[in-house]
Amino acid sequence: MNRSRSNKFRQALIVLALAVVTVALAFLVFDQVNAIAAEQDVAAETAATGNYGPAPKLTAADYPTIAGVNSRVAVWIFAQLHLWFAAFVLAVPIFVFIIEAIGMRTRDKRYDDMAYEFIKVSITAYSLTAVLGGLLLFSLIVFYPQLFTYMARIFKGSMFYYALLFFVESAALYIYYYGWHWLQGGFKKWVHLTIGLVLNAAGTTLMLLANAWLTFMMSPAGVDPAGVFNGDAWAAINNFLWNPINIHRFVANIAYGGSIVGAYAAFKFLTAGTQQERAHYDWMGYNANFIAICALLPLPFAGYYLAAEIYAYSQQMGITLMGGIFAWLFIIQAVLIGTLFLSANYYLWCGMGRSDGARRYTKYIKYLAIVLVGAFLVWFTPHTLVLTNEELKSLGGPYHKILGPLGIMPAKNTAVNVMIIFTALSFMFYRRANKTATVSWVNAGNAIQVALYTAGIANIMFLGIYHGYFTNTVYKVAASIPQVLTTLVVIAASITLDSFIYRRSTDVGPVHWGRIPARAQYALFLLAVAFTWLMGLMGYIRSGIRQHWHIVDIMRDTSPDAFTPTLGYAANVVSVAAILFMAMVIFVFWIAQVSTSKTLPAGYWKEG
Amino acid sequence: MRQFLSVVAFTLITIGCFTAYSNYGIPQIEPAPPPKEEKLDLGSMTMDQFVALGERLFNGKGTCTLCHNSLGRAPLLDTLGDVTPGRLGDARYEGEAGNVEEYLIESLVEPSAFVVEGFGKKGTNDTESPMPDVSGGGISLSEAEILAVVAYLQERGGSEVTVEIPTDVGEGDEDEEEEEELEPREAVSDPKLLVSMFMCDACHMIDGEGGDIGPDLSGIGAARDRAYLRRAILDPNADITEGFEPDQMPEDMAEQMYVSELEILVDFLAENK
Repeated sequence: MNRSRSNKFRQALIVLALAVVTVALAFLVFDQVNAIAAEQDVAAETAATGNYGPAPKLTAADYPTIAGVNSRVAVWIFAQLHLWFAAFVLAVPIFVFIIEAIGMRTRDKRYDDMAYEFIKVSITAYSLTAVLGGLLLFSLIVFYPQLFTYMARIFKGSMFYYALLFFVESAALYIYYYGWHWLQGGFKKWVHLTIGLVLNAAGTTLMLLANAWLTFMMSPAGVDPAGVFNGDAWAAINNFLWNPINIHRFVANIAYGGSIVGAYAAFKFLTAGTQQERAHYDWMGYNANFIAICALLPLPFAGYYLAAEIYAYSQQMGITLMGGIFAWLFIIQAVLIGTLFLSANYYLWCGMGRSDGARRYTKYIKYLAIVLVGAFLVWFTPHTLVLTNEELKSLGGPYHKILGPLGIMPAKNTAVNVMIIFTALSFMFYRRANKTATVSWVNAGNAIQVALYTAGIANIMFLGIYHGYFTNTVYKVAASIPQVLTTLVVIAASITLDSFIYRRSTDVGPVHWGRIPARAQYALFLLAVAFTWLMGLMGYIRSGIRQHWHIVDIMRDTSPDAFTPTLGYAANVVSVAAILFMAMVIFVFWIAQVSTSKTLPAGYWKEG
Repeated sequence: MRQFLSVVAFTLITIGCFTAYSNYGIPQIEPAPPPKEEKLDLGSMTMDQFVALGERLFNGKGTCTLCHNSLGRAPLLDTLGDVTPGRLGDARYEGEAGNVEEYLIESLVEPSAFVVEGFGKKGTNDTESPMPDVSGGGISLSEAEILAVVAYLQERGGSEVTVEIPTDVGEGDEDEEEEEELEPREAVSDPKLLVSMFMCDACHMIDGEGGDIGPDLSGIGAARDRAYLRRAILDPNADITEGFEPDQMPEDMAEQMYVSELEILVDFLAENK
């Protein structure tokens, strides 16, 4: 009775505390909104009197130097390292929240344990994110003081609240992590989940604010052609490319977070001492890969939307991106994305060994592999080649007569849609591997599935070939939207149909978690490394298309580093940063492992 | 430990492969350096040289070939002489040009005056051009440069070159170029040295010394804040003190200073109370 009362009292206290926090947050938000509105009023007033000056016209002497330090490379590496960790620590709480909710719904404690282990990994990464953010900030202030001053004048409000939001995020993260075992069961679990929600809301808001600053540099808004700010902070934040970047980063972060956690599980699997540990980390790796694939599938579409919006904002910028000096970068991107898809699929195929029923599907795997490699090669085919005169003569022109069209967008779009559809098919085989359908219409259902995939692939191919070979260049990209829609319809319809076919299905046998070859774990590593490197490369191009502008058309970069580097140079910087990042990630994994180790020093402590 | 080293080696090899491919698997194209103002010696330029200048601008600084090429992103410009009269008489034409030369100048600075069918921004029904105004933004062609591009387009498009080589804008461009070619000087941190260097005291009274063409700046910090003072240097005609004439102070004063010098000068004046 007393315990029950005590529990109720504690619950009441928690509710009270939460209510206070909620009210405080509400006041804070209300205050912020008022403050922003007031600031905007003041700003509008001061703008009307012209209090904001134009963007400064810089000279080489306006860029301080430190002997032996290349300013651009230093800022580049710090920014990239910060971004990788930030992407990771923003993504992990999102799927930890979802996994925790799944655990609450299914009452399967394994989900809860896995979610806890995921968040444990992100705790050390969180500190590193903050440290690297500080390094980035200081290096910007030191090396690009005028740019930072100009940006701070426009974004002073959001920069201040950004710093404050760190407190909210940190508090939520620490309570979420350290309170995990305390806030267990019933009402407490709901409280814990709510804290997870606050953590995610704060983290996502931080990302949105930072995105506003970087997209302002690409598509400035709220300023006149001379860079005079009109005082409308919201206009500067809600610039043309803000939302396309928000969507792309949100999806990419989840895929990236999944891949890094997958690498953690792989590392733990490889170093596991017992079969039980291997089984646990195999299961964890599988789930991490599942998360990465789920986010990876829509990512090309988000990327396509971003590129289309860049093109819509500035045709010049769009062409520089896709058809100008950066065009070759997309060939490197093709290699990396091909690597991602192949390694994710390879891991799934290896994972089918966990189930005795998988033998029924292994004969199809080679065909999936052939199609995926074929699609990868199409994506990999360049449009134009740098040729010598003799090569040009023997080829009969700058493009190969038959393979030439494989270099243009309709072929690329076809290839990526086919890769996505076949990855979905791989996943369907994996899901089916250990199940036997019991519904009477299973054959008809399978026939519909075959028809669905065949019709979908035929439509994608038709659109690609028709627009790739037979229509005018202006209309060549027109195939992309119906192709994407076809892919989405096929995947959604197939998943829905399969869920009906396998309703009340029986298991072929127990799933043997841990029965997977070690080389499959290297596929998870490959996924993480390729993702890291790809993000670095795409970060370079996103920033690089500004070329010799700090802020496009507003503030020119006149530093000695204003030139656009070659792709090899950029790749070298990305590689150095990626090695530093992976070293830190391995350190994070090691710390997470050390935290569970205990040494009992015999005879060291006084007895009794 | 063996597993740990395997993972490290695998990571390094993977990154190494990506790096090697990026360095040796694809051509290393050296992107063009940031554009610089071309020295325009218009006084001694023949029309052929002026047209050649236009061609260089068309292919380089103007970035015209990004879109006006055989890939069909923007209309080809080889038949401008033939098609322009038809465009000027088109019901969709919203400009004010009366001949090919005026039409081309207008197209460069106000591209939406006439949008060729099928080349407008998506969703605008060919009423808005995706082309930027080449006199501003990232391209920023000068008046003389625009005329050179027009001369080149007239010749390329098969019409008579009617553009005349400007004589009044060349001087300015030349001066600008000469300034750019000067070795960068050391930034000055002494405000009094800045005042004499930029000859502020030739027109303004400061601490009892100087001219009276501009307002007296002695004690100006008591009356004006930093933002006002900064604006007064950056844009001298933004606020004109009663009793003084506009357009007296050079508008490019701030452009001759480093940003750090501007701030030192602003601080100096603001503290002069």
